[in-house]
Amino acid sequence: MADYDVETETLVYERPDSLTDLSTHFCPGCTHGVAHRLIAEVLDEMNLREKTIGVASVGCSVFSYNYFDFDFIQAPHGRAPAMATGIKRVLPDRTVFTYQGDGDMASIGMGEIVHAAARGENITVFFLNNTNYGMTGGQMAPTTLPGQKTSSSPNGRDVESQGYPIRVAEMLAKLDGASYVVRRSLDDPKNIRMAKKAIRTAFEVQQRGLGFSMIELLSICPTNWGMTPVSSIQWLQEKMIPYYPLGDYKVHPAIAEIKF
Amino acid sequence: MPPKGRIKVTEIYCKGCELCVSACPQNVLGLANDHITVKGYHPATLIAEGCTGCGICSIVCPEAAITVYREKTVTNRIPV
Ligand SMILES: Cc1ncc(C[n+]2csc(CCOP(=O)(O)OP(=O)(O)O)c2C)c(N)n1
Ligand code: SF4
Ligand code: SF4
Ligand code: SF4
Ligand SMILES: [Mg+2]
Repeated sequence: MADYDVETETLVYERPDSLTDLSTHFCPGCTHGVAHRLIAEVLDEMNLREKTIGVASVGCSVFSYNYFDFDFIQAPHGRAPAMATGIKRVLPDRTVFTYQGDGDMASIGMGEIVHAAARGENITVFFLNNTNYGMTGGQMAPTTLPGQKTSSSPNGRDVESQGYPIRVAEMLAKLDGASYVVRRSLDDPKNIRMAKKAIRTAFEVQQRGLGFSMIELLSICPTNWGMTPVSSIQWLQEKMIPYYPLGDYKVHPAIAEIKF
Repeated sequence: MPPKGRIKVTEIYCKGCELCVSACPQNVLGLANDHITVKGYHPATLIAEGCTGCGICSIVCPEAAITVYREKTVTNRIPV
């Protein structure tokens, strides 16, 4: 039953069914929540909830299985692409995705993600880049920007001794096995809409058996960045987007044909 | 006449992050400073007339806390 007068009002937006009714443990303003919401909205719109299996990683999104209202499993640190590979090969009719942070995927799990992409596994990977290890107290990640202060680089990341950040989307796009690799951002309404569209495209790619898809999502971590959510959004726009340009890095020709 | 709308904030989810407040194109959102949620946050609320039901606040909300409604105009009001 609608709790509004359908004769005089239209429902513009409501919480998606693919989210449980639990309140998240995320810090106020954390855009992990936006990513969760978009994935849930797309699965609802595609009517895939009953046929989806998510694979959570280790990081602030470790409890994703509490918030998504469909089958979920939680992988050892960095190993979500390997687990998703096994699930998808055994249950090829399911939509299988991993949800991983930059620490999980680009540090300890770098081997797994590179080989899953190289094998062209028919899975979808959501890669939340917030330039640090959020869960453990904001340590430096492979994605931490040059000069960025973190709890383990208090004087700012020094590329001479700590190396350069890794642009994961650009790197995976070079692999022949990868079909759809893009970077989007969760900072403003327009970019959030584009992120949602990319999530839809990635699931369409998987449905058609077109192979490996990965969406990098630029995300904020107000708590460890030591800023309000609103200033964190500005920091993402001013510092992250120039270093991590938004765009499509790999779109297999068959994907360009997809209409939805 | 701009369309008329309204929002409902489900307070158990809202964490007072103000992302919706800063994104609302009509500047009609603010935090309710007169009470706190069970988690201890001042929740978002409409503070002025002029909501158009555009849905932008719901697009930026990390907690899926906002439901958005838009009034039907006489022309698009179909009998149900
Ligand atoms: C084998 C192992 N090594 C290290 C850790 C500690 N640890 C927990 S989460 C994490 C990194 C999380 O960072 P990220 O993947 O970027 O997720 P975020 O919290 O930023 O979303 C680390 C190193 C662990 N849990 N297990
Ligand atoms: S520590 Fe950072 S990434 Fe983790 S929930 Fe808080 S804001 Fe989000
Ligand atoms: S629906 Fe639009 S106008 Fe109304 S509160 Fe939300 S952002 Fe503001
Ligand atoms: S964006 Fe959502 S959680 Fe943040 S203040 Fe607005 S309603 Fe509350
Ligand atoms: Mg991280």
